[in-house]
Amino acid sequence: MSADAAALEIAGLVVRAPGGAAIVEQVELTVRGAEIVALVGESGSGKTTCGLAALGFARDGARIDGGSVRVAGRELLGLGERELRGVRGRHVSYVPQNPGSALNPAMRVGDHLRELLRAHGRAGDDAVVQAALERVHLPGERAFRRRWPHQLSGGQQQRLAIALALACEPAVAVMDEPTTGLDVVTQARILDEVRRLRDASGLGVLYISHDLAAVASIADRIAVMYAGRVVEQGPAAELLARPCHPYTRGLLASLPDHREPRRLRGIGGAVAALDARPAGCAFAPRCPLASDACRAQAPPLTSPAADRAVRCFHAAQTPPPAFEPLPQRAAADGAALLAVRDLRVSFGGGDVVAADDVGFALARGECLALVGESGSGKTTIARCVAGLQRPDGGEIALAGEPLAGFARGRTREQRRRLQIVFQNPYQSLNPRETAIEAVARPLRELGRDHAAGGRAASLRAAEQMLERVQLPRRLAHSRPAALSGGELQRVAIARALVVEPELLLCDEITSALDVSVQAAVLELLGGLRDELGLTLLFITHDLGVVAAIADRVLVLQRGSVVETGPVGQVVRAPAQPYTQELVAAAPSLSR
Amino acid sequence: MSVTEATAARPGRPLTAFRRRFEGRRAGQVACLLLALLLLVVVFGPLVAPYGASEIVGIPYSGPSGSHWLGTDYLGHDVLSRVLDGGRSVVAYALLAMATAYGVGGVAGLVAGLRGGLVDATLMRLMDVILAFPPILLLLVLASGVGGSTAILVAGVALVNVPGIARVVRAATAEVATRSYVEAAVARGAGTVPILRHDVLPNIAATVAADAGTRFAISILLAASMNFLGVGIEPPSPDWAVMMTENRSGLTLQPWALLAPALLLATLTVTVSVVADVLTREEER
Repeated sequence: MSADAAALEIAGLVVRAPGGAAIVEQVELTVRGAEIVALVGESGSGKTTCGLAALGFARDGARIDGGSVRVAGRELLGLGERELRGVRGRHVSYVPQNPGSALNPAMRVGDHLRELLRAHGRAGDDAVVQAALERVHLPGERAFRRRWPHQLSGGQQQRLAIALALACEPAVAVMDEPTTGLDVVTQARILDEVRRLRDASGLGVLYISHDLAAVASIADRIAVMYAGRVVEQGPAAELLARPCHPYTRGLLASLPDHREPRRLRGIGGAVAALDARPAGCAFAPRCPLASDACRAQAPPLTSPAADRAVRCFHAAQTPPPAFEPLPQRAAADGAALLAVRDLRVSFGGGDVVAADDVGFALARGECLALVGESGSGKTTIARCVAGLQRPDGGEIALAGEPLAGFARGRTREQRRRLQIVFQNPYQSLNPRETAIEAVARPLRELGRDHAAGGRAASLRAAEQMLERVQLPRRLAHSRPAALSGGELQRVAIARALVVEPELLLCDEITSALDVSVQAAVLELLGGLRDELGLTLLFITHDLGVVAAIADRVLVLQRGSVVETGPVGQVVRAPAQPYTQELVAAAPSLSR
Repeated sequence: MSVTEATAARPGRPLTAFRRRFEGRRAGQVACLLLALLLLVVVFGPLVAPYGASEIVGIPYSGPSGSHWLGTDYLGHDVLSRVLDGGRSVVAYALLAMATAYGVGGVAGLVAGLRGGLVDATLMRLMDVILAFPPILLLLVLASGVGGSTAILVAGVALVNVPGIARVVRAATAEVATRSYVEAAVARGAGTVPILRHDVLPNIAATVAADAGTRFAISILLAASMNFLGVGIEPPSPDWAVMMTENRSGLTLQPWALLAPALLLATLTVTVSVVADVLTREEER
């Protein structure tokens, strides 16, 4: 096969869910040899369905209902299961999102490769296995080949999954979010590896990701999916510089970037559910440019420029991305609201040190970000401040008064002044309580003025708070199951703010959200902060988010403070090697 | 929307929800209907019984006739009257045993799940000790040691159920306890009782109820087995299981004396299981 022939050609692809609703529709996608095409979309856009269809596979219950999938010129749709088995792994391969569960825990590293090679009728001797491992920069020696998957790090597991995908030298590999769940440094290394493999072996890659910034550094071309369709595609640099689809533009505006901090603009609304997609353009309900034509019929694929394709009636009117600078804030007045001194926490009888003499102060009105990778102790520190974890030593003081270890030991007033919002919005609210009940409850437990007014007064206050966090009115009496991730997090924020706290702890509150929703939540939080004079302790692993919201940053590594300072200084000119590594590895469009 | 409207329009009224679960499930509907009928018989049966349960009304083991629809038993009691009277003890003792078991096992499970650590380990190892004995053997040992009585029967059946209940409640509680909404309540300083009432119990109820259905059916059988073996209710009382023991010898002479209570007992346990199953499956959807 010559390098310029298409490694993967998907045309008119339709995949339907059991009920008959189309999960993906009219997907056109081409991956040439030695090319990385990034398929980018938010949750529910159908990107994984597309990726699996490239192997002629549809998930349980779903079925491929039309179109064509050609791998190195060979049509896959219509082949029998037996023939497909011969093609998968040999001509087109798949790297799953979570290698931890994709590898067989009862099989050694070498045996994974040997089994695959033999299944495709190739020699699976040690030399071949060793070469396959070394290709992805894993050690090929015997000791490593005899390890079990659980003995590998997350990055090594992902490399092994990639080695498996490449072992039979396929024309194209589908990589489904291969770096999601890895820390940024490991992610940067895996991305380098993928780029190197493309150059070294002429491999075509369909790289599925939700993170536009992460793929910007490796993709030759980018295809953006929304609600089951590829709404725009083109060469990466051009598409990012001049998006033609309003959705792409919206995504770019929601993308936090630590190198170019700017005001984030979320996309209002949420993706429609599979069985409730609108008749015309699926993006129309959230689109600022939507006209009657958009709502009447789905726009056809047009080509605004060479090698560009877009599904939008208003492609020509889509304005170029305009980035607004961050709003200027008055410097915090200096009086410390929260002071943490020599905080020490360990688990397992001292085996794991989660916080080692951590100290910091938070001025009234300030936003301090605690940054670190998983295991750095940032959540433990937040839990100590919230009174959910008793520290082994040290002191936490709120407005000069030392706080008891557990929340129950603190005064009612202390508990009211300090509220927390949690990471996982789907577990943040009691499934049996409606949004308004959830928000009204803290008032009854901690409220000052509302306690006298009884249930009616607290419900009224809760209603007002829900309005403030911009939860659509009709959802106030819904239970959590009926709300989206962004809506749930708004309710969780309302529940925390309804008792008028001074300090709000935010523990990775946007990490489970799509980027456009994350931007909307951060926008809301920034607004409330100004309006209510809140002080924020913001825990996150994402430097882009830090740059967008925080005034100061505290970098943690294995429970110790590595570096601290104003955001601009730490992100632009990090002093410590660890911070430098983090900053260099964090994905950004401007690189 | 105003606040008053809101409370009026709150979703999930129990009866509607209950009815919705049986929609399109024929087996479940039939079981539910049968169970309702059976419970009516159990509760109101004695009121419509033609004769007294211990009244000798004819020749032992005479077949069905116009005056004795199900014939007579080994002493000449009317079988229909005894059957109408004999369900109460079956259901009542099983319910009593379940209530006791949930009182002990449920509280142990809640405490273990919520507290964790040493409390959890101690309580659960204690449960493992009980679990180590085969149920029937445990009951027989208990009866031979303390003597057979209805109180021992109830206590025994409850004891057998305690470890299982504690485990199910503990697992469900421990899972809910790590949820952020529970942590949020803890951080607000809410007391253990409000947290249990608002956050834990409503969210473990489905899991526990699913388990309770099957457990109830098994408890009925266990109580019946004990009665059949002669531990618990003494023979003259009209209990379905006791009736089966009494009339074993007359199986060929007057099968109805044995079949009638046996069929009712079987129907009761099967319908309870099916109804419990329908209610559970809906929760999993």
